[in-house]
Amino acid sequence: MSRIDSLQELDVRRQRLSQRKENALRTITLCGGTGCIALGLPQVYTAFEHEIQQRSIGDKIRLKRTGCHGFCEQGPVVVVLPERFFYPGVQVDDVPAIIEQTALQGKVIDDLCYTDPVSGCKVAYEHDVPFYNLQERLVFRHNGELDPTDLDDYIVRDGYRALAKALCEMSPEEVIEQVKLSELRGRGGAGFPTGLKWELCRQSPGDDKYLICNADEGDPGAFMDRSLLEGSPHAIIEGILVAAYAIGARKGIIYVRAEYPLAVRNVNITLQQAREAGLLGANILGSQFSFDISVHEGAGAFVCGEETALVASLEGMRGMPRPRPPFPTQSGYKGKPTNINNVETFANIPLIILNGQQWYRAIGTKGNRGTKIFALAGKVRNTGLVEVPMGTTLRQIIFDIGGGIPGDHEFKAAQMGGPSGGCVPAQYLDLPIDYDSLKEIGAIMGSGGLIVMDEATCMVDVARFFTDFVQEESCGKCTPCRVGTRRMLEILTAITRGEGRLADIDRLEQLGEMIKQTSLCGLGQTAPNPVLSTIRYFRPEYEAHIHDDKCPAGVCQELITYRIDPEVCTGCHLCVRNCPQNAIAGEPKQPHEIITDRCVKCGICHDVCKFGAVVIE
Amino acid sequence: MAETIAAQQAAAQAPSEADIEALLDELNVSSESNLISVLQDVQARFGYLPAPALEEISRRTKIRLSRVYGVVSFYAQFYTEPHGRHMIRCCRGTACYVRGGQRVIDAVKAELGVEEEQTTQDMMFTLQTVACLGACALGPLMVVDSTYHGNMDPRKALRVLQMYQEDSG
Repeated sequence: MSRIDSLQELDVRRQRLSQRKENALRTITLCGGTGCIALGLPQVYTAFEHEIQQRSIGDKIRLKRTGCHGFCEQGPVVVVLPERFFYPGVQVDDVPAIIEQTALQGKVIDDLCYTDPVSGCKVAYEHDVPFYNLQERLVFRHNGELDPTDLDDYIVRDGYRALAKALCEMSPEEVIEQVKLSELRGRGGAGFPTGLKWELCRQSPGDDKYLICNADEGDPGAFMDRSLLEGSPHAIIEGILVAAYAIGARKGIIYVRAEYPLAVRNVNITLQQAREAGLLGANILGSQFSFDISVHEGAGAFVCGEETALVASLEGMRGMPRPRPPFPTQSGYKGKPTNINNVETFANIPLIILNGQQWYRAIGTKGNRGTKIFALAGKVRNTGLVEVPMGTTLRQIIFDIGGGIPGDHEFKAAQMGGPSGGCVPAQYLDLPIDYDSLKEIGAIMGSGGLIVMDEATCMVDVARFFTDFVQEESCGKCTPCRVGTRRMLEILTAITRGEGRLADIDRLEQLGEMIKQTSLCGLGQTAPNPVLSTIRYFRPEYEAHIHDDKCPAGVCQELITYRIDPEVCTGCHLCVRNCPQNAIAGEPKQPHEIITDRCVKCGICHDVCKFGAVVIE
Repeated sequence: MAETIAAQQAAAQAPSEADIEALLDELNVSSESNLISVLQDVQARFGYLPAPALEEISRRTKIRLSRVYGVVSFYAQFYTEPHGRHMIRCCRGTACYVRGGQRVIDAVKAELGVEEEQTTQDMMFTLQTVACLGACALGPLMVVDSTYHGNMDPRKALRVLQMYQEDSG
């Protein structure tokens, strides 16, 4: 790959690439994200390759493995260009028909089309699928289109033009000014103004400055950073380069979770490409600006998402936070000024620089500009990654884009912001959500995890689940977090076992407030949120556990029993065959019965029964 | 009997002193090295962090052994014991949890007779739970080695285990 040594050379290269006549009749794109891979994409890809080779149509039909399309529920996802025919859940057997009818003849195959769960209609084109057409995909704009490991594929889509513009036409101060005016806030969780952070780091004395991309996406239920790194790594690198130029950093580090092997692989490939093309290393784009990036794989600790813990971890130590100030922008990695931003934040930067801050400010609400990516999961039909402008309501995200709750179930709450966040009840479905509105109702934006819960989710159990998580992930340095979360967990566990006492709810609230006020870092200061928000909105559910020894949602094992309704049971024997404990007795065609002493409440009988005869009480 | 087999297999997996020395030479481990990176590289080679290797790392990096162990025990990624032939990682993330992930984990534990972070006596499986694997749409999720098994329920999970048992048996 030849070096690109100036803005002009980049322009020439882009023009040459865009004029390159597309010989192929159609391009078949396959989603190469972790979700689709898990659902069998590699086999489907091989089948396409094989079919194309056998028919010798490689000159007509191009095959392309792109980044994550975001509609993980429907994987493996195949989109045929240029028409954008959309086929979800493609299997190996479907491949010949897709080649023959769609790729060669341009016809849509009805049987393979997506059926909208809300309207029940078949949808042929990607842009007509409600999951996509109600989103505003800016940060994700290239994810489903380009081959993440092909530099030219990015350059032809205006790739690295923002960097070129910054280097050739703007001073570092001007870049910072643009980002400040854009009102971009850090997408990692706290929502700190990005431009201000850059300015603080630029103003810190010293020539040795570091830039860190925080890709330690430890928040359970959030996976947008993984998807961006897998699908648009060049855009992240471009964002990092612009930031480095603005603050005057010489060296960058991408701190990425080891649990994301595909992201690590794609980032390493793209770094190498950028280096060879002169977009990384010495004299970038022929300018005086030199900067390089290395990759550091995290070793698995949630607290390392906290800036000072992350720095400690990078230095090879236990990832324990320290009191601030000094902030990392003053004294961070190796004691030098260090700027740390999240992956999604960096992904926004090329957009702001290229289109200008005014364009960016037109999206979102006051003080909350731009879009936010949510990881929509849990009890919702269309799980996946959703990018919407700030200020979109939960109802739009969960019901319009997400297709609502599967089955006949009712929406109960949305857990937002992961272990630092809270549960948002149905009364706030129409609240425009942004950093500030969520904080007011006891949740947080966090990194954008959005887990939908229906009436079969026990809120006390959810609070216990998150407290268990933070208790385990607490680094142990400060007492309020180390001991406090443990005490909270003990109380919550007792309640879910039917051993709770009336004073427990008050005690949880007191403890929670104390932990929030006295913990050292963000982990502890937000750890009680899931408990406090569930008490705030679902107090009667706590009381039912304590007063009546009942779990209204039918989740807490000690408080429920499984029973077979003899009126409904047909004696089909299915539950008898599947019970791992041999705890179900009964002759075929006669109503069965659960032997309570042997039952371990695994729930398998409830799952397999086709008649709804197994009831939870 | 089973324990003796397990002990023998563990001993057979343990790298010799020469292996350790050679690897640390190759990695150029010194007081300048980043401890976490060294530990990651050593674990990548041996599959776990044998005690003699940690002692040697401590000597070469001039980091006290207690601190080396402090780092090893802090991060979820590091193991001080060898794994079974197959690594089972069950996700206990929120999305998996609300869809019944805990029941899957309970079923796997009951079937294998192990707790989290333990290895079966025949050294076939090691069970781990992970905070989140980032494939929430597929929850509940179970990853065996590097293969993702999505939308698990207790029954399906047991069938997946059986598949691996039969393959090896």
